[in-house]
Formats: sequence, structure tokens, C-alpha cells
Amino acid sequence: MGAGHHHQLYRPGASLVHRLPPQCKLLAVLAFAIVVVATPREAFWAFGCYALLLGAVAALARVPLTFIARRMVIELPFVLFAFLIPVIGMGERTTVLGLSLSVPGLWAAWNILAKASLGVVASILLAATTEPRAVLMGAQRLRVPSLLVQIAMFMLRYMDVIVDEMRRMKVARESRGFEARNMRHIPVIARSAGALFIRSYERGERVHLAMLSRGYDGRMPVVQEFSASVRQWVIALALPGGALAVLGMMAW
Amino acid sequence: MHVPDGFFNAAVSISAGVVAAAGVAVCLRGARRELDDRTAPMAGLVAAFIFAVQMLNFPVAAGTSGHLLGGALAAILVGPYTGVLCVAVVLLVQGLFFADGGLTALGVNITIMGIVTVLVGWGVFRLITRFAAGKGAITVAAFLAALISVPASALAFTALFAIGGTAPIEVGAVAAAMGGVHVLIGIGEGLITAVTVGAVLAVRPDLVYGAAGLAKPLVLRGADGSITEAPGRPDTTEKAGVRPFVLGGLGVTLILAGVVSFFASSSPDGLERVAEDKGFIDQTTDHLFGTWALADYGDVGGIPVGVAGIIGVGLTLLVAAGIAYAVRGRKVRAEA
Amino acid sequence: MNYSLEVKDLAYAYPDGTQALFGVGLAVGRGERVALLGPNGAGKTTLVMHLNGILTAGHGTVTVAGTPVRKDTLKEIRQRVGLVFQDPDDQLFMPTVRDDVAFGPANAGVRGEELERRVKNALDRVGMLEFADRPPHHLSFGQRRRVAVATVLVMEPEILVLDEPSSNLDPAARRELAEILRSLEVTVFMVTHDLPYALELCERSLILSGGVIAADGPTRTLLADPDLLAAHRLELPYGFAIPAERG
Repeated sequence: MGAGHHHQLYRPGASLVHRLPPQCKLLAVLAFAIVVVATPREAFWAFGCYALLLGAVAALARVPLTFIARRMVIELPFVLFAFLIPVIGMGERTTVLGLSLSVPGLWAAWNILAKASLGVVASILLAATTEPRAVLMGAQRLRVPSLLVQIAMFMLRYMDVIVDEMRRMKVARESRGFEARNMRHIPVIARSAGALFIRSYERGERVHLAMLSRGYDGRMPVVQEFSASVRQWVIALALPGGALAVLGMMAW
Repeated sequence: MHVPDGFFNAAVSISAGVVAAAGVAVCLRGARRELDDRTAPMAGLVAAFIFAVQMLNFPVAAGTSGHLLGGALAAILVGPYTGVLCVAVVLLVQGLFFADGGLTALGVNITIMGIVTVLVGWGVFRLITRFAAGKGAITVAAFLAALISVPASALAFTALFAIGGTAPIEVGAVAAAMGGVHVLIGIGEGLITAVTVGAVLAVRPDLVYGAAGLAKPLVLRGADGSITEAPGRPDTTEKAGVRPFVLGGLGVTLILAGVVSFFASSSPDGLERVAEDKGFIDQTTDHLFGTWALADYGDVGGIPVGVAGIIGVGLTLLVAAGIAYAVRGRKVRAEA
Repeated sequence: MNYSLEVKDLAYAYPDGTQALFGVGLAVGRGERVALLGPNGAGKTTLVMHLNGILTAGHGTVTVAGTPVRKDTLKEIRQRVGLVFQDPDDQLFMPTVRDDVAFGPANAGVRGEELERRVKNALDRVGMLEFADRPPHHLSFGQRRRVAVATVLVMEPEILVLDEPSSNLDPAARRELAEILRSLEVTVFMVTHDLPYALELCERSLILSGGVIAADGPTRTLLADPDLLAAHRLELPYGFAIPAERG
């Protein structure tokens, strides 16, 4: 079945960060993101401290910075948008290198870039140190509805299979000289999507039948439990705790 | 486009989170009715499918490309409730594992890309298929449903932006840019959705939730080759309620239109400002989005942008109804 | 006679209106190994889906060890009928072999040491015990099919139903699976168009063609009738001759 996505997302390891129960890490990342979002944009040095905190987590988990940088490409569309804001923004204007830029626009661009980047890096660290399945088990522990968790589990289990199938169809198209260049080619892509849907759905039906034949009644049996100790919670919450402390010092 | 952390203010992020949570909760109940115990594996597979199809970037115009939102497609293929769940799970997985879309913005993303696209898409789809039946009508309805769902999603984004965006950009400009680009993306989405639904209809019509099953009486074949009709009727699958979705879709469309036009018209100085800066904006948008962005959605002839948007949606609906009527007329004649 | 499986007058049409079964009748005795032969599109898989109530009969009845397949008996039926699918990737949906084998009994409420014991026992019977902690997609196709058999054996079924058990197996894996199947003391109903495999494992065969049972008899007799085979698009492999009866 070849290399799938999650293999690239997750970096196996045995560091302190890797060993924390997933629900602790999930909550820590979420709390961290909330603190970051709540920070006033004028607090330059607070954002610097947040970046240092994330750097410390990365060092502790032995996730190389180049790995994080590569994964940050996902942010690109919004980075482009952020650069646009000062140009088309309203309000007081200032001239930088001959360009007329909006001052509130510059603030907004900085605000979005800083907060989005910190959020993205925190998520990357979570995915890099936690197996996808464990992340979902953690989400279930945090009372995310179990049906949603099951749907996500099936999505992960079969994402490789489907993406692989799509790749084979793409190879088949391109080996016959097809390349999508303009609107006229959309129907071809759409027909591929139709074929892909039928394949995915039929596999879904068969998986479901296999589950039914073994007594599935809409609920996954819970065989193993992830439980977290107080100590692990304390370690995990050190990240948002640290961020909150920085924010507190700011306000004070 | 997935909204990252820090793009909207706390009030909008939290209220969108509440809307998303409530919507997903309703859908968790509803999905059981659509697929009963098949929900988890089927929705999971369809979510994986949407994820895969989102990787197919399609060309829109010179230099730009868009990808599928998939809400309308999912609603037509697996039903509206399951459709919302699929898109929500795709966004959850993208946020958790791919850092695509901020965790604090998950509510916003689920609301505008899941709930709005499904509500609007399914509403339009049911509205049309109610008046016209047959494979042709379903394909046309799928096209229009997807086409309208994308600018509707962009409008929802604009409305949220007007209420609590953190960037100081004229709402009209956002509406114009988002609306313009997304009408084009909507055409791509519509084509992909229609052809996908058409392709599935051709091979496995029973897989299209939006198409009714054709049940025939069973026959028994005897040892001598004789054919007799079996007693008893085969099960006919019943459809989930249509009206709540049509009403919900219309409601969302109207609220969106109202909010946008309110913000567009309640800030006349903002609009004047756009007029002043118009030369400048034209220049940048020319470069980025092409001239059609403002030509189609701008305040041409003094019509505020929001109103133009509503007129656009209304016109599209009228065209949709017209096509549906025409298709039905032809079908009735063909049967007569 | 005490039947493991009894099917009477079974007819079924798919939701799109295509009718696949037109009144199938058959019976399999306890401890028997029976092959269901038929060309592609004869309705073999559709029939299999009725045996544990995945599809509900449009007309007619299916009875497993005296219990009719109905909505209220589904849970019991699904523990008694062990279905092995053609593609093991459909059957193995859990992250590890152990989790997958444990799925069925865990649904039936088995937990703790009893669960562990049954999982080990089932994996041992198919010779896959050492792979318990591996993810299924890292195994070879033949190994995955053996795990699929284990996921069903662990339920201690009354009857084992296999859909094309020999497809996509290399000769060694094919022989190993045959040995495993022969070693099990359970009723086996296998659906196949691999005629030599049917001959090797099953005394008796049925031919399903056009949605009805067209022939029923000793496998050896059916395969020795070239006209019967030809009438139902069945063919022995090139150069294959029915071996002389063993002692």
C-alpha cells in the first residue's frame, strides 16, 4: 500500500513528549492556541516567548526545525493574504519602500501571521509526537462524540488506500497524455472523481458488511484505555501554563 | 481556504464554535437515520474521498486554481446529515494532523465550509428535484446546488468577517474579492459535482442518496424456466425529511444576505471611501483576481455590493428553477 | 436431518431493481464441507450475503442450525455464521492483528483474560500467533487471508462461509490454507469458481447459475460432466484431469 500520509506526519520516538497520554497533549495544544489568540497584538515579546516555548518542546521531542519548516508550507495561502492586507487595508497610511501601506493593515497582517504560525507549529508538534490513532483516542477521552471519532478512524485507515487509488488513476490519465490545464479539462477530473467515489463507497460497504458479520451494532468495543496521571497532566499543561504566565506578566 | 488561528476575534470564533457544535450534534442524530449502523464506516470512507478529491486542484482561470469544498457533493451522495459529518471530520483531521486550519478556528471552518455548503447545496438540490425527476434533472440540480453553495460559503465568510474580522479591510472589498473568485470556483465545483454524481448515477444509482430507488416486484424462476411473481412487496427505502432542509437552506441564505447587505448599507462612508479608492482597488484586484471581480460584484451603478450579492443569488435560483421547469416539461412530453 | 444451513425459495432484488436470486433452495448438513460453484454474476456473493442477514430476503427463508434469519435473531445468527470475505483488506479494519481478531468477541461482551485466550487460540489455529502485534497491511496477502479466517474462527461459529478462498493466493499459500481448512472441525460452505480447490476440499458441490441452483451432487460427478460445466460457463483448468479416487 506504500507510504501514506500519517507516516510522514508522525515521527516515532520515545521522548518525554512522545510518552505523554494523547488527551493531555491535545488539551495542552488547544489551551496554548487559545492563550496565543487572546494575546494583544502589540505584545511583541510575548509572541517571542511563545515561540521559545514551542522551540523548547521541539527540542525535548527531538523534532528537527527543518521538519517543522517543511510542514509549515500548509500556511502559505494565508501568508499571501496577510501580505495583501496592508496594501488594500483602510485607515491611516504610511509609506514603506515607495509603497503606500495601511497602518492598521500592517498590524492586522502581523497579528494573523504571528498567531496563525504559532498555532500551526503547535499542531505540527502534536502530530509529530503522537500516532494519529492515539490522537483520536485522546479526543474520545476528552468527550468528543464517539461516532465522530470512529468516522475519523475509518478515514485515517482508508485514506492511504483511496489516495493510492487516486494516484493510480492519475498515472493512468497522464500515461495517455492528459494534463489538466484549463476549464475544459474539468469534466475529465470530475469523471475520475466519480470513479473514485464508487470505489471508495463500495469498499466502505464491504468493510461495513465485514463489521456487521462480527456483531458490530454501531458502537466500537473499548478494549484498551489510555489513562493519564496527575504528573503527566502537569507536564503537558506546562506549555499553556507557561504561555499564560507570559500573558499574565504582560497584563501586569 | 482554511481559516487559521487569529483571523477572527474571540466573539466570532466562539459563536461559530457553538453553531458548529450544535450543527454537528443535530447531524449525529440525523445521520443515524440516514445510514443507521453504516454511518461510521461510510462517512469515514466518504470523508477520505473528499480529502482525496480536495487534492485535485482544478484550474479556474489563468494562474489560479481552486479545490473542492465538497459539501454539496457529500450531501447529494450520502445525505445532508452525513454530509455535514463528513466535511466536519475532514476539517478536524486536517486541523489536527495537517495543521491546515487553526484549532481555535475549527468552529468557523466547520460552519462556513460544512454547514453552510451542505444546507445551501442540499436545499437547492431538493428544491429543483422536487419539481423535476430523472437522471438529467438530478445532474442539473447537482450542478446548481454545488455552484450556489460555494459563493454562499464565501458570503458566510464575508458576514463573519464583517462582524469580527481582525483585518481592517472594507467589507465590500472582501465580499467582492471572495464573491468573484468563488463564483468561478463554484463553476468548477458545480462541474465536478454534477459529473461525479452523473458518473455514480450511471453505474450505481442506488448509491446516490438524492436519487430515489426504483423498486420492481420480485419474480421466481421455476425449474422449467417459468416465471412467476413473488407475493409481497419489496422494501422501499424512505427519504429523510426534505422540508427542514429546504427551509433551513433558504433561512441561512436569507440571513447571510441580510447580514451582508446590512453591513454594506449601514456604512455609507465606507462605500464612499471605496469609490474614492476605486482606482487603486481596481489596480490591485486587476492584478490578483482579474477585472471581473469588481465588474460582477462591485458597486456598479450605485448598487451596494451586498445587494448585488443577493440579486446574484436570487437570479441564479430563478435560472435554476427555470431549467428545472424546462427539464420537467420535456420529460412530461416524452412520457405522454 | 440436522442441518447447519437451510435455504428455501430465496429471491432477492437490489435497490436499483436488478434481480439477482430467483428462488434458491439448498441444505448443508452438520460437519459437511460443501462448495458452491458458479460463473461470475451468477449471484454467488448475493447468496452469501443472505446467510448472515446482511441482505434481507425479498422472498423465502434462510435457517441456520434451526434458527431463522430475521431481524430479531441477527445477533445470534452473526455469531453462528462466520463469513470470510474475498478481499482481506475489507475484513481487516483494525490497526493490529490482535485488535482485529478481538473485535468480534469484544462485540459479544467478552473481556480480559478470556478474550486474550480466545484471540491466541484462533491465531494459533491459522499459524499466525507470532504476528499478533503487526498491522495487517504489513502482512502478505496469504497471511492476511489467514488472519481473516482467524477473525471468524474466534467467534466459534456453527458454519464457516468462505467467498473465493483461493483467489490471489500463490500455490504454497493455497496449500497452507487448504490444510488449515481441513484441520477445522466445523461445517464449511465455500463459494468458488476454482474447481480443483472444490474437488480437493469438498465432497459435495452445488452449481448456482442464473440465480437458481442448477445442480447438486458429489463434486467428482459434477466435474466429470463436461456438458453440465459448459452449460454454466464453468471450466477445468487446462491440462487438469480428475485424479483417481483415493483409497
